[in-house]
Amino acid sequence: MAQVTLRNLVKDYDQTPAVRGIDLDIADKEFVVLVGPSGCGKTTTLRMIAGLEDITGGEILIGGDVVNDVPPKDRDIAMVFQNYALYPHMTVHENMSFGLRLKKLPKDEIRRRVAAVAGILGIGELLDRKPKQLSGGQRQRVAMGRAIVRNPKVFLFDEPLSNLDAKLRVHMRTEIKKVHQKVRTTTVYVTHDQVEAMTLADRVVVMNAGRIEQAGAPNDLYHSPATLFVAGFIGSPAMNITGCALEETAGALRVRLDGQVSFPVPAERTARYRAYAGQRGLLFGLRPEHLTEMRPHSVANQCPVEVTPEVTEPMGMETLVFFSVNGTEMCARTNPAANTQPGVRTQLLADLNHMHLIDEASGRVL
Amino acid sequence: MSASLRKERRAALAWSYVFLVLFAVIFLTPPLYMFITSLKTSAEISSAKLPWWVFHPTLDNYSALLTSPAYLTFFRNSAVVCVAVVAITMAISIPAAFSLSRMRFWGSGALATGVFLTYLIPETLLFIPLFKIFAFVQDWTGIELMNHWWILIVIFPTLTVPFCTWIMIGYFASIPKELDEAALIDGAGYLQVLTRIFLPVALPGVIAATIFAFTVSWADFLYPMAFATSIDQMVLPAGIVSTLIKGDVFNWGQIMTAALLGAAPPLVIYAFLMDYYIAGLTAGATKG
Amino acid sequence: MANGVVQAAGLSVPRRRRSGRRLARHKSTIAFLMALPLIALIAALVIYPALYSLHLATLNKSMERFVGLGNFAFLFKRELFWMVIKQTVIFALSAVIFKALIGFVVAHFVHNIPAKGQRKWRGMLLVPWVIPPAMSTLAWFWLFDPSYSAFNWVLTRVGLDAVPWLGEPLWARFSVILVNVWYGAPFFLIMYLAALKSVPEQLYEAAAIDGANWWQKIWYITLPMMRNIIAITVLFSLIVTFANFDIVRILTNGGPIDQTHVFATWAFQLGIEGGDLPLGACVSLFMFPILGVAAYFILRDINRRGTEA
Repeated sequence: MAQVTLRNLVKDYDQTPAVRGIDLDIADKEFVVLVGPSGCGKTTTLRMIAGLEDITGGEILIGGDVVNDVPPKDRDIAMVFQNYALYPHMTVHENMSFGLRLKKLPKDEIRRRVAAVAGILGIGELLDRKPKQLSGGQRQRVAMGRAIVRNPKVFLFDEPLSNLDAKLRVHMRTEIKKVHQKVRTTTVYVTHDQVEAMTLADRVVVMNAGRIEQAGAPNDLYHSPATLFVAGFIGSPAMNITGCALEETAGALRVRLDGQVSFPVPAERTARYRAYAGQRGLLFGLRPEHLTEMRPHSVANQCPVEVTPEVTEPMGMETLVFFSVNGTEMCARTNPAANTQPGVRTQLLADLNHMHLIDEASGRVL
Repeated sequence: MSASLRKERRAALAWSYVFLVLFAVIFLTPPLYMFITSLKTSAEISSAKLPWWVFHPTLDNYSALLTSPAYLTFFRNSAVVCVAVVAITMAISIPAAFSLSRMRFWGSGALATGVFLTYLIPETLLFIPLFKIFAFVQDWTGIELMNHWWILIVIFPTLTVPFCTWIMIGYFASIPKELDEAALIDGAGYLQVLTRIFLPVALPGVIAATIFAFTVSWADFLYPMAFATSIDQMVLPAGIVSTLIKGDVFNWGQIMTAALLGAAPPLVIYAFLMDYYIAGLTAGATKG
Repeated sequence: MANGVVQAAGLSVPRRRRSGRRLARHKSTIAFLMALPLIALIAALVIYPALYSLHLATLNKSMERFVGLGNFAFLFKRELFWMVIKQTVIFALSAVIFKALIGFVVAHFVHNIPAKGQRKWRGMLLVPWVIPPAMSTLAWFWLFDPSYSAFNWVLTRVGLDAVPWLGEPLWARFSVILVNVWYGAPFFLIMYLAALKSVPEQLYEAAAIDGANWWQKIWYITLPMMRNIIAITVLFSLIVTFANFDIVRILTNGGPIDQTHVFATWAFQLGIEGGDLPLGACVSLFMFPILGVAAYFILRDINRRGTEA
């Protein structure tokens, strides 16, 4: 059993707080991704779990034991670094077996374990090479192999894919997922790339300014963001968010974006939103895929909106249409067949079943 | 490229070679003249017919020196001193450089700067107080420090350690931090990080520092002149200068042979490890 | 779980344990122990003697009585002392200037030739720096020999007068500087060559397109790009040259009539050979000002880099 528990974890660098009190329970065999913008404290958190940073306050438990005062080598963890940190003077085999040799394991067993892991990762041919002679993807595999071969309680990944080119990154992402399915070790993975987070994680932890904004399964985060930050951070292109007013007329609610554009609030949300009618500082959020070209619609709560596109970006499978409402740039994902043209007034369809109402002051999604 | 530009470049290249040859001649004249003189008999030297040429080459000077007990003593003293100083220097500066570049403790930043500044304090400033300090150490403990060749093993590290520490700090600092973190996570202690990761990775730096420590302690002249003055305690450079130049009867063939042999160890090291030698030389200043 | 927003924990929550600190303290103890031999060496054999020489300089010749600044007063009254200061300054400044100039010029020549030949030339040109100075100075001494000088042999063959290299004060001063320049110029050459290689070629191409001539390229690109390395090498060399002992000691031993003495050789003569340690300490203390200036510039440089980082 190797669950990892963080209890009110705090880290200050010379009085500047980097991590401001984090509580997180990571289950055995779970793949958790910490994601957030740079400086949000995600890497610091990971390094504290590894034992590479002192802890200012709080506790870290690995497998039920408090490890605050345990040096990295005794925490039974393995880590994959952003720049791989392969030992340049050692061959791939020596790199992978370094930890085992330090533990003075028998030579036969070391050879057997390295060969097995090299088999899983497809690097059996490379065992006698030095890191210099490897490509970026191969180094990445070796770095992972070095972690796996030790069979640790926890894997820690620190932005392992950010040094690879875009194509290889997608490929290695799949590899990491496959490897995790094979070895089933508790994993904490840090990235700033939300696509990586969404695709890899059992559970995504979104961090911002040293705190956890929200933790949850990828789809929950996407469809039910808890905060303004998560709503804006997860999803690409990002969610359209603009100021709005909530008007109540004859028991029905409308969100008004500006003089011309307003939508009826779906009836099933009326009870949830009624209390906020007339309140200032509200934000309206709708993902680009819920703003499409006009099409025959039968689903309730879809309503047309007339806009003048400023820019269109054909992506092949879809065309992104940009227009502005209330001074905010908005994005819609339309079918290329609709042939939307910039400057030509056109009708789009907004699917309000997926709308979000956010309180700007508290940043909470209502 | 236009023809005129090409012509201009070729002219610049030709002039560069002309001046390089000129400077090489100037730079290499003294060692060459050492060699020429070392092959001459005293008779040929005093005839002064054509000093730049050897008419009757002989190896007599070499065989005379290499069988002279005094010279062999100097050589042995020098060799022992240098090897010991290199060992001590490495033993002190490598852990210190590791500690200062990676581990940090209260005041370590100031110490790193201080190391560099001590490198700048010349021996010229220190030999007189050291002379007196050695005298009263003898009064206190009865150990005679003065006039023993081994005292140089104690003093020479002051010449070598600050610079070697400084260049090792530079080499260690260029090793990515993740490398030692990876090793720590792999289960290595600090000592193992140093011996199994840092030393192999920074091997060029270790070689450069070793060369520096050796050549500096081989070449030093002032401390031996002050602290190892009786004939059986001398080391090479000081020994040659103070014993072979006697009165007006200069045996120049032998002096030049001795000088050449005295210059040989650093020159041989340089010939084989030139790139490390130069890397060490430039590392010290560019990182300073 | 999905809406598990963590409330601002921040500073209001008491920090239960200052743990993790113990690890850090353990680490810095090991670090200190690893640096301890270095600290001990520097303290015992550099700092202590340097401070002790301040005390030594205030004693009388037999080192029994405190005479305050008496030794300095005695020195200031001697004409020879002022001569030594003047000679040391002339010696060091002119030697460093010529070393730097020659190093700069020759570095350009090496830099000009095709890259594959550079290693060979660089290797040859550094030889004067590699030979122990005491040994090469012996060769110079022999080249300058009053009766058998190989230089004079050449000069008389081409119809010039023989030169009293070490026999007359002015020529002797020239000779010690010459030997020092010969010994030190290769060091500058190597440094400047490394610096030249670090200047991006595009800068020269951009300057050529902007219409810069050969001289303007050196003035506006090479020199500014090399400013740091020039400063540090000159500083280094200035200290080492001010403190020079070997060359003067072997070539002239201060003569003729003490006209070529520098601080180091004179201090050696007074302190070790003359047996007046306090007076010798006094003389060598005059190296402190140049050291202070150097330390000032280096510390300023380190601090500036610290704030930039």
